[in-house]
Amino acid sequence: MSFPIDQIRKEFPILHQEVHGKPLIYFDNAATTQKPKSVIEALEGYYLHDNANIHRGAHALADRSTRYYEETRVAVQEFIRAKEPEEIIFTKGTTESINLVAYTFGRKFIQAGDEIIISTLEHHSNIVPWQMLCEEKGANLKVIPINEAGEILFEEFEKLLSPKTKLVSIVHASNALGTINPVKEIIAAAHQVGAKVLLDGAQSSSHLEIDVQDLDCDFFAFSAHKLYGPTGLGVLYGKREVLEAMPPFQGGGEMIKEVSFEKTTYNEIPFKFEAGTPNIGDVIAFKHALEFIGSYGKKAIKAHEDELLAYANELLLPVKGFNPVGTAEKKVSVLSFNINGMHPFDVGVMLDAKGIAVRTGHHCTQPLMKRLGLEGTVRASFAVYNSKSEIEKLAEGVTQLARIKNK
Amino acid sequence: MSSIQEVQNEIISEFEILGDDKESTIFYIMELGNGLEKFPEEEQIEANIIKGCQSKVWLIADEKDGKVHYQADSNTDITKGLISLLIRVLNDRTPQEIISAELDFIHKIGMGGIIGSQRSNGLAAMIKQMKLYALAFQAKQNA
Repeated sequence: MSFPIDQIRKEFPILHQEVHGKPLIYFDNAATTQKPKSVIEALEGYYLHDNANIHRGAHALADRSTRYYEETRVAVQEFIRAKEPEEIIFTKGTTESINLVAYTFGRKFIQAGDEIIISTLEHHSNIVPWQMLCEEKGANLKVIPINEAGEILFEEFEKLLSPKTKLVSIVHASNALGTINPVKEIIAAAHQVGAKVLLDGAQSSSHLEIDVQDLDCDFFAFSAHKLYGPTGLGVLYGKREVLEAMPPFQGGGEMIKEVSFEKTTYNEIPFKFEAGTPNIGDVIAFKHALEFIGSYGKKAIKAHEDELLAYANELLLPVKGFNPVGTAEKKVSVLSFNINGMHPFDVGVMLDAKGIAVRTGHHCTQPLMKRLGLEGTVRASFAVYNSKSEIEKLAEGVTQLARIKNK
Repeated sequence: MSSIQEVQNEIISEFEILGDDKESTIFYIMELGNGLEKFPEEEQIEANIIKGCQSKVWLIADEKDGKVHYQADSNTDITKGLISLLIRVLNDRTPQEIISAELDFIHKIGMGGIIGSQRSNGLAAMIKQMKLYALAFQAKQNA
């Protein structure tokens, strides 16, 4: 059965518009995906019918909103195959999820002389929190090098591991290049030396089947908005015993069991980490994004996106002046490239004029760009609703620009 | 020599011919950059970079017979085109003319919509730097 692309596109009202007089082609999906009607309607429905603060409310609306909110927690648990819903913590996004771990797990368990390992592929949000922590604690940050294709050097990673390693925090799929890291092997090797592992799943969660129990990661962080869900919402998964050993993140309502001026006792997980009124409406709407993905299945979505990436490569690799960046064997649907003689910004603006939305620049991975000797790249990233004819338009545009500069 | 306003009006009518087609407008801006005076390589240094631009823009200026002469370069073709427009309007004029110039052509050709808000901030930074040079030369003349 062929992928029902026309039916899927009907679910995304935003795609049906013109920009600069041309039909919109949205290829900035690694930055954020568009939202299906079901998510938008759920958000509207919440504010039209159900809005109330959750937990502890003795009235119908509070009961309803609490039920819907907790239903999403279960949906997320199933989505990443966690053992229990209590292992799912709602945050503002991947960045906050990582910072939560740095602040709580990091402050308690990382000491002077300890080591944290990340990779060259990391987004700034999986670099800076660890630098801040290392500076505060006198710990050391180690970086796994990569090859020219944008793949980490596993044997170099193994050399970095030692009893000093307390945490390995690594991206599951690179946002800038699309590389899928061999995370299962990384996790197993890290556990051998007693280190915990955090996976940055911001990019992988929309493309790959996630099974945190099978992966055996200690933490998994991702954002709803890259998964066809609302902005301002993320998830931190943590193994129960790890989360329970961690001190709370922020102090306030919801996260307490009992407060007196002498002493406060903290709530159980996950509430211990959800101080204050959470982002209720977006959490409730997020369930519909997960249902949308579930209705087509990750496997079929990944196969469709792989086909788009392969088609883009087929059309563009022969073009003189087209330089792909990141040629890992295993990739999610990210096409990072440069055109010889043209600045990525200029390529981005020219493609925008053709109605094609891409991202240009360093993609919040400056150390990676430096390693590759590049100022930045043009990044086209594909999602469930993109079509082969859109890929053809991109190839046409890029070919035209490449010809101007590479006669 | 045409006045600042006359040059601005010329630019406005050139862009009017291009109409609403963003693609040809951008191509046109990129081509304009080719007309920039060759920038001395030894001046492509950190001190000459305009802060507040996403892409790299180098700007230098000197004074000859009471008039300010600018030279600029960038690592992106679109930015080169943009700064060539500013130079076309402001080059070889007295510091006072430059300081008091109201550059309405930018708004009138709809530059914000063409280059986006981030680049518009960069364009504002370029104008500021050009006027700062003029102010410095004026102070020197009055000293």
